[in-house]
Amino acid sequence: MHRVSLPPVGTAKAWREAARGFLAARVPPEQIIWGDHAAAPDLFGDASLPPAGGPVSVPRSFVTMAETVVWHSDPERFSRLYAFLWRLKDAPHLMTDRGDGDLAHLRQMEKNVRRCQHKMKAFVRFREIGAPDAPRRSFAAWFEPSHHTVEPTSDFFVRRFSDMDWRILTPDVSAIFEQGKLSFQEGHTKPDLPEDAGEALWITYFQNIFNPARLMVKAMQSEMPKKYWKNMPEAAFIPQMIADAPARARAMAEAAPTLPPARMAQVQAQLASHASAWDGPAEDLPKAIRACTRCPLHCHATQAVPGEGPAKADLMVVGEQPGDMEDLTGRPFVGPAGQMFDSIAAEVGLNRKAAYVTNAVKHFKFTPRGKRRIHQRPETSEIKHCRWWLDAEIAQVRPRLILAMGATAAQSLTGDGTRILARRGTVETLPDGLPVLITLHPSYLLRVPDPAVRDRATAQFRQDLLTAAGMIAQHASCSREDMPH
Amino acid sequence: MAKQTLDQKLAILSDAAKYDASCASSGSTKRHSRDGKGLGSNEGSGICHAYAPDGRCISLLKILMTNFCIYDCSYCINRVSSNVPRARFSVDEVVRLTIEFYRRNYIEGLFLSSGVIRSPDATMSDMVQIARKLRHEENFRGYIHLKTIPDASPELIEEAGRLADRLSINVELPTDAAVKQYAPEKKPEQIRRAMANVCIAKDASGEKTHTGKRPPRFAPAGQSTQMIIGADGSNDATVLGQSTRLYSSYKLKRVYYSAFSPIPDSSAKLPLIRPPLQREHRLYQADWLLRFYDFQLDEITSVTRDGNLDLEIDPKLAWALAHRAVFPLDVNRASREMLLRVPGFGVKTVNRILTTRRHRALRYEDLMRMGALMKKARAFITAGGWTPGGLTDSADLRARFAPPPEQLTLF
Repeated sequence: MHRVSLPPVGTAKAWREAARGFLAARVPPEQIIWGDHAAAPDLFGDASLPPAGGPVSVPRSFVTMAETVVWHSDPERFSRLYAFLWRLKDAPHLMTDRGDGDLAHLRQMEKNVRRCQHKMKAFVRFREIGAPDAPRRSFAAWFEPSHHTVEPTSDFFVRRFSDMDWRILTPDVSAIFEQGKLSFQEGHTKPDLPEDAGEALWITYFQNIFNPARLMVKAMQSEMPKKYWKNMPEAAFIPQMIADAPARARAMAEAAPTLPPARMAQVQAQLASHASAWDGPAEDLPKAIRACTRCPLHCHATQAVPGEGPAKADLMVVGEQPGDMEDLTGRPFVGPAGQMFDSIAAEVGLNRKAAYVTNAVKHFKFTPRGKRRIHQRPETSEIKHCRWWLDAEIAQVRPRLILAMGATAAQSLTGDGTRILARRGTVETLPDGLPVLITLHPSYLLRVPDPAVRDRATAQFRQDLLTAAGMIAQHASCSREDMPH
Repeated sequence: MAKQTLDQKLAILSDAAKYDASCASSGSTKRHSRDGKGLGSNEGSGICHAYAPDGRCISLLKILMTNFCIYDCSYCINRVSSNVPRARFSVDEVVRLTIEFYRRNYIEGLFLSSGVIRSPDATMSDMVQIARKLRHEENFRGYIHLKTIPDASPELIEEAGRLADRLSINVELPTDAAVKQYAPEKKPEQIRRAMANVCIAKDASGEKTHTGKRPPRFAPAGQSTQMIIGADGSNDATVLGQSTRLYSSYKLKRVYYSAFSPIPDSSAKLPLIRPPLQREHRLYQADWLLRFYDFQLDEITSVTRDGNLDLEIDPKLAWALAHRAVFPLDVNRASREMLLRVPGFGVKTVNRILTTRRHRALRYEDLMRMGALMKKARAFITAGGWTPGGLTDSADLRARFAPPPEQLTLF
């Protein structure tokens, strides 16, 4: 029979070393009596440890679990751990069997300790014991944990409060941190800590952050059990807060609405002078577009995206609608399709900066899918609503040629969004005589899966941009000839 | 008027802040002050340092910088037309309170919000100054959550994001129409633009520059928002539709639902009712199903009457009861996706089932040890030693979970 007595400080390390020795020497669990320092000496035990045997290996997950379970208050914790370790040596897969009764019990103990550690991090309340203006401030707390949680939790306080001295005194083991050094002491009685001015402010806060109209005492107690209350200064006020709550809530409900204070008129006049920049005058087109609520699309999109480019341009490029990036940034043609357009336009010598780029529909239409948004084609009514803005842009920019990319742009401008593949490369004329060159939408080039089809479509798109560049150049030379010499 | 003491100001300005549900301190970068040159740490997971009798966690010092406000939002205690007492903290007072509370282990950090005074930019720049002082002068490494003012300038939002762990902007109400009606000075489109700007700035901070350098971190715990439930007539389908759009558009970490609660000196425009706490609870459950259980919005809202969630049973159980044809599931064979649909099985339980069944077949008792709520789950599964028999299709299955019908009182 072996008897092991583990110390109250450094228990985890001591248990691990003892267990390793026993396991290496193949000592079965029933031949060991485990006890902590508080356990009475056993009459039949043999206090000597077995000679260390060869190396032993156990799953990493067991070590992590054991390092928590050793701090449990249950006197059986050491023997339970060793008994499970003994089974584990022949069947390492047991660690992943959550239905196993022994493991379930240990995991429950681990959970209890972790919860106790968590509550210690939360509910320790320091009082200042030094001078508030001292270069290194000094605090102390009295705490009564359910398990032996001071040692494993002390590192949390070191990580958090290294620029001050502190001590957490408990009936079990106490942690003392002075001048950057952590030490442990045993057995303290409850000290008389001095009054702390911070505490009164904290109680004021606690009482006022509470909403008496939504009393949920059970929810509070399940997370902050009464056993912790005696060492928390704010808890003394809880019974009164609960008692007063129904009357306070009733009084709020019954109180008649009051007249607004006199300063309200003055404040609202001031507010009018700070009116939002986005509500500019109606003749300011981009701002008016941004404020658009003509169709329901504005409810879900971030913002309407007006066109961009020179105030007067020969070429106007009309796409479908803003995409995800355009919607977030508020600028047209900045997403993948816009970049596709830019690169091909650059290849054929079409200067994008000289063109006015815009969309047939100004708001992004989408369906949410997890953390992404899936583009949706606008409906006819939405296209029609937005034609209002496209017309305003055309009237302002007065282009000589419009490049309509894709079905939505074609539908908006010509009233017909069908047969784009057949119509592309052709010029149609609007009732007022303005030529519209139909082409594919660059996002089609990005989406089409078959590489052969994609290459053909890209070539066609390039051809159409070349046509547009040619038509603009022709216009430009015509207008030069028109100029008087 | 006599000069207010710090204690009086704290009472007014915490009372004014309590209608904001968010108090989370989780999800940020891990950091500590082991070097002794600063104060505070962040562990990644949040800590609730106390609970008030309203059941809400107190993790942060949640206060308003000032409750003076030039807006007149009907649901808000701080609206310009209300007669609540007003106060204003100085920058140093907020810094001092935060540090002193933190040193006594009362809080994880600061959640600072404010009424809008003078102009949005002036208000935001005062808030940023508080965060700057905490970070740079006090070397504070705890958690900071700043409420951003929607129409503040992008430079201020940018700086706020570099100093704070989390930024948030409240959408307030589920529909644009409701915002226009109850918060006439707020612009829904402007709130969305502000969220988009935060989202872009956060994305940009994750990308390395061409020199390979990482730009400064921007709000590492992300952004969140809050919707008030029950003030306007929106049903749950509308509310959840709005939140799925917000999650997908701006990568929000959380949408908080806050049951509209009576406030002191309320406006005549909004009738005071008991806060719909159960509805709030069901919305959170549905929100979880959407984010972590791969449910689609229409799956949750299609099983309910008039687009509102069933208040008596949780939304997952409601879905399962309406789709009994797919049950019972064999826990030893069913896919992860389907196991997640079993009422009483959480993500952790499902993970445990999947690891353990690699080694052996699972029995009913195993499931209990794995943390499954068998009272709910047993009607929907088969396992070694268990088959629900006629239970799955029994007519009174719903009645076993719903609270007993209440008899109307005669008078």
